[in-house]
Amino acid sequence: MRAAASTIAPARRARRARFLPWAPLLTLGVMLGPVLAGLLGTLAPALGYMPALGGIGVSVAPFEQLFAWPGLPRAVALSLGVGLAATAVSLVIVVLICAGWAGTRTFGMIERLLSPLLSVPHAAAAFGLAFLIAPSGWIVRGLSPWGTGWEQPPDLLILQDPAGLSLIFGLVTKEVPFLLLMTLAALSQARPAQSLRMAQALGYARVTGWLKTVFPLVYRQIRLPVYAVLAFSMSVVDVAIILGPNTPPTLAVQVVRWMNDPDLALRFQAAAGAVLQLGLVVAGLGLWRLMEMTVAGLGRRWIASGARGHRDVDQGIRRLALALGATAAVAVIAGLAGQVVWSFAGMWQFPDLLPDGFTLRNWARHGPRLAGPMAETLIIAATATGLALLLTLACLEAEHRYGLRPATRALWLLYLPLIVPQVAFLAGFQTLSISAGVAGGRLAVTLAHLVFVLPYVFLALADPWRAWDRRQDIIARALGAGPDRVLWAVRLPMLLRPVLTAAAVGFAVSVGQYLPTLLVGAGRVPTLTTEAVALASGGDRRVIGVYALAQMAAAFAPFALAVLLPRLMWRNRKGLLNG
Amino acid sequence: MADGAAQMTGLRFEQVVLSLGEVRLMALDCTIGPGEVLTVMGPSGSGKSTLLAAITGTLEPAFAMTGRIRLDGRDLAGLPTEARQIGLLFQDEYLFPHLSVAANLAFGLKPGLKGRAARRARIEAALAEVGLAGFADRDPATLSGGQRARVALQRMLLSEPRALLLDEAFSKLDTGLRAQVRELVFETARHRALPVLQVTHDHSDAEAAGGETVCL
Repeated sequence: MRAAASTIAPARRARRARFLPWAPLLTLGVMLGPVLAGLLGTLAPALGYMPALGGIGVSVAPFEQLFAWPGLPRAVALSLGVGLAATAVSLVIVVLICAGWAGTRTFGMIERLLSPLLSVPHAAAAFGLAFLIAPSGWIVRGLSPWGTGWEQPPDLLILQDPAGLSLIFGLVTKEVPFLLLMTLAALSQARPAQSLRMAQALGYARVTGWLKTVFPLVYRQIRLPVYAVLAFSMSVVDVAIILGPNTPPTLAVQVVRWMNDPDLALRFQAAAGAVLQLGLVVAGLGLWRLMEMTVAGLGRRWIASGARGHRDVDQGIRRLALALGATAAVAVIAGLAGQVVWSFAGMWQFPDLLPDGFTLRNWARHGPRLAGPMAETLIIAATATGLALLLTLACLEAEHRYGLRPATRALWLLYLPLIVPQVAFLAGFQTLSISAGVAGGRLAVTLAHLVFVLPYVFLALADPWRAWDRRQDIIARALGAGPDRVLWAVRLPMLLRPVLTAAAVGFAVSVGQYLPTLLVGAGRVPTLTTEAVALASGGDRRVIGVYALAQMAAAFAPFALAVLLPRLMWRNRKGLLNG
Repeated sequence: MADGAAQMTGLRFEQVVLSLGEVRLMALDCTIGPGEVLTVMGPSGSGKSTLLAAITGTLEPAFAMTGRIRLDGRDLAGLPTEARQIGLLFQDEYLFPHLSVAANLAFGLKPGLKGRAARRARIEAALAEVGLAGFADRDPATLSGGQRARVALQRMLLSEPRALLLDEAFSKLDTGLRAQVRELVFETARHRALPVLQVTHDHSDAEAAGGETVCL
């Protein structure tokens, strides 16, 4: 009997072994395959090779056409400047908030205020901001006519200003929550409280002490997220369409315009522009690295000087950091509130702060047209998130069962889809699908979303999954449960909350995707995000409000579920409720 | 402690040597007979937990083991943890926080006992055995330390182990409770004729066990 059992056991193990050991490789393939194939698909037409459009030789003509575009120097400068500025400002705000407040009760409040903003889709946040700062927006309305004397919206170019300031502002409001969350994760490993106490005991002011003892450790941990923020800010499209300058726009926006131009000959030029965008991001990262080294050098000298910092300056910096962080949060929240008001607004004239009346007419009129894009959005997001969760769990479980050690290089690979500019490989993705004669459909869009959903789901789940007490596993195994039973009956239920949170993050990422949906779907897969951005130029605030709100709801609902479901399921399980 | 090579019952270590790279951590060559207790004492880092990992089959790849471990004559090498029939108690009880007390016990109870009512009755009986009748539907997080320890013991026993490993199992309990729980565990092991290996750094644990003590 026992002999029989011992021959069955290895067979069962072998069957299970079919998928799990391959999971990491499969995951990398799903995530990086489209990026690499897309890059090649971009490079070929950039060098004049695109048989479908009659390009069969290799030439530099596409680049010549690109360089002949008079707006190029300005577009390039804009992309670089906006990217560097948005990243630097976001990082400084986050670092100063942590330096000034980490470990205090105020910090907990900032954290609770900023974290939910992470789920707000970029486009929805940008629309909200646009309404706040526009000449006819809430801020000007609040000051008019008593403060400004304006009876009509002033003729000022605040939105889409040529220097890209409103674009930088919009990016900062979204990147601050992201970097803050990443910094929090890094802080939990750096034991900041002890270092800070030690520095303060040696007479250092709080902010100075934190910057000198904690920041160098933390920055090493958040370097990749910072690079991702830089690459994203340099090449973002949807936010730049809504908040960025128009003539010329940033390089990425111009590339997308060429790609969507009815004149197919412009595809070559677009591909060349996409390659330039990639080079620009590489150059931007190089520039950032140089700045890192310079700051590190100066910092080392500053630390060696033994300067303790001044209490008053310290207090000033703390208040400034708080004010900046609050501004970012309030801007997004007020902007969203503005969307709510607009979507229910009846007659609303300048400079009234609120509409004359509220009505359901906007929703009644545009609501039915929401159904299609809403369903599309939810199907794509649910599929992409489900696949991402499956692959992530398989990777983590393979890591656990076969004792694999996650390499540092693997983390780089995870960040690669977030660092390579979307436009650089999605352009190629689209070109490939055209030459392959494959119409861009829902499946292709879902796979493109998966490229971006996967890294976020993995990053969100890996830490809590790995932090699970391994002895819980040994106990369950010693009680006679095999690895599968431990996974389904013990580990997954215990980690229900982080699993749902990771799924919610993935869902929100998918809902917010603009470019992959537009380019890979060839404009034929309308989601809430693509529809909303398409409405941007129309300027009808009521429709925009309706769409932005629907988009917001689609992204936020899973987070609400991720909080409520574990509370409901574990309402009688104190051991799982706290924390 | 009998040392006959022919003896087939009990937990038997045959020239077991554990090492980390070139460093030899410990060597063990003995048999723990049914109902007997072997206490292993030593400072942290002396290889106690490595020994336990070798027995449960959860040795980290960095460690190497030579020799054989046999339980009732069966070589444990190559068997997954769940097939080794070794009961484990840690200093934390590791009751599954998402399951009720009864569901925790049901997790341990062999699937061979069929029928919802029969299983439930077996679980109620196990709880009554340790003075926890009526605790079946409780949330484990609401139990006291002593109650948790008893639930963990019964859960482990319901899985019908053939040997018992105690990893600092009593070190979190305060003195009075500690003696009580310890007596319950050793008494049960004797009664069921289970070989026991306990790892501890507390001499009172060794004295209470009464068996042989190995110091690392």
